[in-house]
Amino acid sequence: MGLIVGLEEKLPSGFVLTSVEKLAGYMRKNSLWPATFGLACCAIEMMAAGAGRYDLARFGMEVFRASPRQADLMIVAGRVSNKMAPVLRQIYDQMAAPKWVIAMGACASSGGMFNNYAIVQGVDHVVPVDIYLPGCPPRPEMLMDAILKLHEHIGDAKLGVNREKVIREVEAAALAAVPTHSLPVFGSSA
Amino acid sequence: MSEIYNIEPFKNDAIEKAAAESSPVLDNGPSTFLTQLLGFWVTFRTMFKKPNTVQYPEVKEPTAPRFHGRHQLNRHPDGLEKCIGCELCAWACPADAIYVEGESNTEEARFSPGERYGKVYQINYLRCVFCGLCIEACPTRALTMTNEYELADDSREKLIYEKQDLLSPIHQGMIMPPHPMAPGADEGSYYRGEVKGVQQ
Repeated sequence: MGLIVGLEEKLPSGFVLTSVEKLAGYMRKNSLWPATFGLACCAIEMMAAGAGRYDLARFGMEVFRASPRQADLMIVAGRVSNKMAPVLRQIYDQMAAPKWVIAMGACASSGGMFNNYAIVQGVDHVVPVDIYLPGCPPRPEMLMDAILKLHEHIGDAKLGVNREKVIREVEAAALAAVPTHSLPVFGSSA
Repeated sequence: MSEIYNIEPFKNDAIEKAAAESSPVLDNGPSTFLTQLLGFWVTFRTMFKKPNTVQYPEVKEPTAPRFHGRHQLNRHPDGLEKCIGCELCAWACPADAIYVEGESNTEEARFSPGERYGKVYQINYLRCVFCGLCIEACPTRALTMTNEYELADDSREKLIYEKQDLLSPIHQGMIMPPHPMAPGADEGSYYRGEVKGVQQ
């Protein structure tokens, strides 16, 4: 998806880079190709979303690529077992950057009702997740809603020096964040 | 292998016979053209049918009326909360997605009729499987489900819904709690539906 290969990484921050960002974001979000990663019942809803009634082709993503090299969105649809986790990571690593991940359904997002030794308690333990989608399984509209929310993220994505700046800010915020063990108790102010 | 173990190789005379008789090229004569025409007729006919696609983000088809969507914490007609903080929903939940902390009502700060109210109410939508067992468990119909389904978000924290995210809005005749019970009313009259909204 290198729009102007490597050039955007060298541009100084300013209106040129901002315009390139907007153009790249527009193109990236309207040509997402998902990798097939159906693991359980969510995959049925994912297939329904790709079929005629819901028709993901309207968003430029009708082709579910069987090869991760040609995909830039991984929709993890279903529960990921501990045995599947390295496979999932390998598929993710094989995808060409920039790449995004949607955790579809309760199981992929957090393990859902399978809180046991066999299931990974959320795929964000294995790969970075951009959008979490609740539901068991989510209906095709919910998947499309998640995809549209991801489109917004992709459209606003930064490039080059702006991207580095965002990364630095996120890093600084993470360092300054209050650790969970010293957070105030929920609802104590209510 | 077959000599060692004395197993006869698999043979099916009917298949061999059929293979010998049929010609290598599939030749069905004039019917090939007709079947193709028939196939294209299906394609041609479909061009005049109404498209099946729902234009989702622009057109939102209503769900089934009893679709299991996001939860809602209901209120009595005068605005007091129905939730009594009994935690039966949390007990019923197969995914342990609900966390409730009860607290006693006081005369200064009354949130629900009766003794107790739900002080903390959280539903983790990443765990929730929308089975509706919590709705069945609720003794006061405080917890019901809406048809809202657009819940996707970009972090785990945002998908833990707090009490203020789940509570139903203040409608006509309701007053935001805390406030005392209606004059002359007790817990029972609220549950029997004898308390009406406040006239303003």
